[in-house]
Amino acid sequence: MDWMYWTPPTALFFVAIAMILAGMTVWEVVSPTGMRRGFLPLQTTRGDRLFIGLLTSAWFHLAWLGLSDFHPAYMTVACIGWLIVVLRWG
Amino acid sequence: MDRTQNNYAWLFVLPVLVLVAFSAIIPLMTVVNYSVQDVLDANTRFFVGDEWYREILRDPQLHAALGRQLVFSFSVLAVQIPLGIAIALCMPTRGIWVAVTLVLVALPLLVPWNVVGTIWQLFARSDIGLLGVTLNGLGIEYNYTRGRWAAWLTVLAMDVWHWTSLVVLLCYSGLRAIPDAYYQAARIDGASRWAVFRHVQLPRLTGVLTIAVLLRFMDSFMIYAEPFVLTGGGPGSTTTFLSQFLTTMAVAQFDIGRAAAFSLIYFLIILAISWVFYTVITRSTKI
Repeated sequence: MDWMYWTPPTALFFVAIAMILAGMTVWEVVSPTGMRRGFLPLQTTRGDRLFIGLLTSAWFHLAWLGLSDFHPAYMTVACIGWLIVVLRWG
Repeated sequence: MDRTQNNYAWLFVLPVLVLVAFSAIIPLMTVVNYSVQDVLDANTRFFVGDEWYREILRDPQLHAALGRQLVFSFSVLAVQIPLGIAIALCMPTRGIWVAVTLVLVALPLLVPWNVVGTIWQLFARSDIGLLGVTLNGLGIEYNYTRGRWAAWLTVLAMDVWHWTSLVVLLCYSGLRAIPDAYYQAARIDGASRWAVFRHVQLPRLTGVLTIAVLLRFMDSFMIYAEPFVLTGGGPGSTTTFLSQFLTTMAVAQFDIGRAAAFSLIYFLIILAISWVFYTVITRSTKI
């Protein structure tokens, strides 16, 4: 796998994504999701909310990198909170 | 009757999963890895963290290319969607001319992208091209290699020529799917031609129009070959869109790390817009 030019941060990132997906799969098997409406302006399943949370988190990171000089770890911590909020109340 | 759970079905998904992994997921993961490194050659690379992202996101050239791309894509939609509907409404609905018209309308779609660029490069030349010579003969100063507006309008006209057919065919199929009963009811009510279009045809075209808008927006957002062949991105960088900006960075400058960061930003833009369109489509279908 050397040709993929792995680095520790990117490996950690993909391990986290894989664990989230595996966790969501187990959660779905244990407790199947249904459509519902929270503070987001549309009906969503749990998977929809995860996608929305991850996509918006990516955009928040881009905005952070483009507009500030602070370390992206601050935004990562904020986005973990945001993801939980979207999954729970979105 | 109770259904039995058959997990063997998951095995049939495996080939697709392997195919998608090899063609999309693993390459995308590699691009993410590239995006945090400065790749000098196959054996020399340095970890740079978020440096490329910060640089790209603050690059005025990228902002300009993104602005041009958005203006171009929305111009494409503003011209092609109404024009496509108008042509579809004018097309014959029965008789031998249906097949003839459909073939003629579909012809531009069969021409490869780079050939379209070459055709228009010759067609629009101000010294030997039919369009260029005619416009100059009419007293309109036209040279797409020198004039910014001429270059823009030529690229737009080329895209309209190439892709309006897709909108026409989608709208035509949508119009043909409307049952005659709707038209009969409109006739009984004494509806005008405009009222029939506004209250019968247009609402029934919502589904195909959403698909047309989605396809044309996405495709025009990724446009590369036609403007590259026609104008090479010029004059200056007037017609340099995002794809060409990326290709120049990755291939001409061999700035792989920076190009990878830019690719991911480009991907996120397309992913976000696709998701918005997907949501609109599924919501309008439910209604």
